[in-house]
Amino acid sequence: MAGTVAINTFREAVRDRVLYNLVLFALAMMAAAVLVGQVTIGIERQVILNLGLTAISLIGTAMAVFIGVRLVYKEIEKRTLYTLLAKPVRRWEFLVGKFAGLVLTLAVNTALMTLGLAAALFYVTRGFGRADVSIAVAVYFILLGLALITALALFFSCFPTPILSTLLTLGLFVAGQFSSALREYGKLAHTRALAVILGAIYYLLPNFHNFNAITAAAHGDVIPGALILHNTLYAVLYIAVVLLGASAIFANVNLK
Amino acid sequence: MRLCTPSDSGVDLARVNLKNTIMGQPAIEFLSLTKDYPRGQWKRGVVRSLDSLTFEVEEGEVFGFLGPNGAGKTTTLKCVMGLIFPTAGTARVRGRSIDDVQMHREIGYLPEQPYFYDYLTARELLDYFARFFGYGVAERQERVAYFLERVRLTPFADVQLRKFSKGMLQRAGIAQAILHDPQVVFLDEPMSGLDPIGRREVRDIILELKEKGRTVFFSTHVLTDAEMLCDRVAVLVGGKLQGIGSPAEIVSIEVQGMEILCEVGPPRQLPAGLAERATRSGNRYRIQVPEAQLYDTLAQLRGCEARILSVAPLRPTLEDYFMRLVEHPNQAAVAESAGERA
Repeated sequence: MAGTVAINTFREAVRDRVLYNLVLFALAMMAAAVLVGQVTIGIERQVILNLGLTAISLIGTAMAVFIGVRLVYKEIEKRTLYTLLAKPVRRWEFLVGKFAGLVLTLAVNTALMTLGLAAALFYVTRGFGRADVSIAVAVYFILLGLALITALALFFSCFPTPILSTLLTLGLFVAGQFSSALREYGKLAHTRALAVILGAIYYLLPNFHNFNAITAAAHGDVIPGALILHNTLYAVLYIAVVLLGASAIFANVNLK
Repeated sequence: MRLCTPSDSGVDLARVNLKNTIMGQPAIEFLSLTKDYPRGQWKRGVVRSLDSLTFEVEEGEVFGFLGPNGAGKTTTLKCVMGLIFPTAGTARVRGRSIDDVQMHREIGYLPEQPYFYDYLTARELLDYFARFFGYGVAERQERVAYFLERVRLTPFADVQLRKFSKGMLQRAGIAQAILHDPQVVFLDEPMSGLDPIGRREVRDIILELKEKGRTVFFSTHVLTDAEMLCDRVAVLVGGKLQGIGSPAEIVSIEVQGMEILCEVGPPRQLPAGLAERATRSGNRYRIQVPEAQLYDTLAQLRGCEARILSVAPLRPTLEDYFMRLVEHPNQAAVAESAGERA
């Protein structure tokens, strides 16, 4: 059931013109990377990768947030959900399907943009080296982060207004970029209570900082396997908890 | 064309009906179904949209659910579909609770003013919904083609739904509701937005579903449709069940008088007393008289050599019954309660 919903969600995104605009924007970013790479001396690879991977991350984030927060809201608002829920589909299956469909869309777009980046890199460096493996890992981390943002957007999509959902998702995304700082502040806290509170917030907030391997990839650093495993498990668990929460809320929502 | 799915075409209908009917069990049971909505700025107040709705619909019945706007018809259907949750009470379809997802395998549903994914074509939409019932690719294609043809959408099968008219969307909606050959079909205002040909086709589909032993539960504002199609109807006003019974029973509650249609040609004329009460159309006169005066009136007409064309009792129509319940909801004339029927 969820798979059928996922394929339809993917099809909707593919037929949505906004998607193509974003891909065009990504291609423009790749062209800009090549131009900037040509005016820099000796650090072309680094500049292209920094710009390109950042563009992939930002475009993916924009898609995950702005499409994600409307995933459920739109189905309720347009009443397309009425006929679907009259079929033997559980509400949580619908949610998981919507999540999987958008993640599939993001994966395909990320793959296309990565191909564009690889082409730009090949144009400048005339070849690939072993250090370029870290680019694939950085892209994988971006995708894990996007899946996490999608889960959060879907969670907030169960609430009534997309504007509020967008603000909450973006707020959590920004807070998650700096969550490590909370733990550091906690260590410096004067009272134990404050340290405990800051520590709890640190563990509750999604840690997006760990998914940022753009600088490492740009410098050709090797990304340790332990970090790949850690990030994968973290993303899977966090997404599972968020989707469980979304399912629990959505199971009791009275549709209009 | 008889309404059947490609897979069971040619199968003896009687056997199919026997197999699909759970003996002695109603198709639909409403058990004190109640729905409250919060009201007011702080949502402290409550407005009752459905008030202890209790009745049953038998297997194989075509059941009309009547009521003015805001009566609670759509709320009732939404509760059954699991789109909203009852405040109290419940409903069952063929013995299954409305909370049971397996219940949805046995039902079809057409929402009021249906909206679909407008980026899909009609063929893709039906294929999408068919996937939820586990059909293989070949059977899905066969069913989709059959039901597109059934609702006259074959020429538009590969057109995106965003280009469909309201009537075409309604037809696509009916196709998706019966695509999986459900035992119980719920239709919310199925004639809405359809032209006379479309309305006729929906009526045919409902009758064919009935012929096949399926239960059809539909809400409508069009009382002539209900009178023509329904085995029984229920009237809902202000969330309360006001009346339930067969249209025939409802309209035969009382005879309001007699209507005589006669022809009187020159040089003959109607007696002055009758002429004042008659409605004239050419040489024809339509005269309404109390039942007790029928024979006296006929004698007067014989006296003036009138040609009697018809004599018929004047009975309230379903519309009269409906309007009486809507205007005086507490004076319900219940023709038959669900309990009595059971």
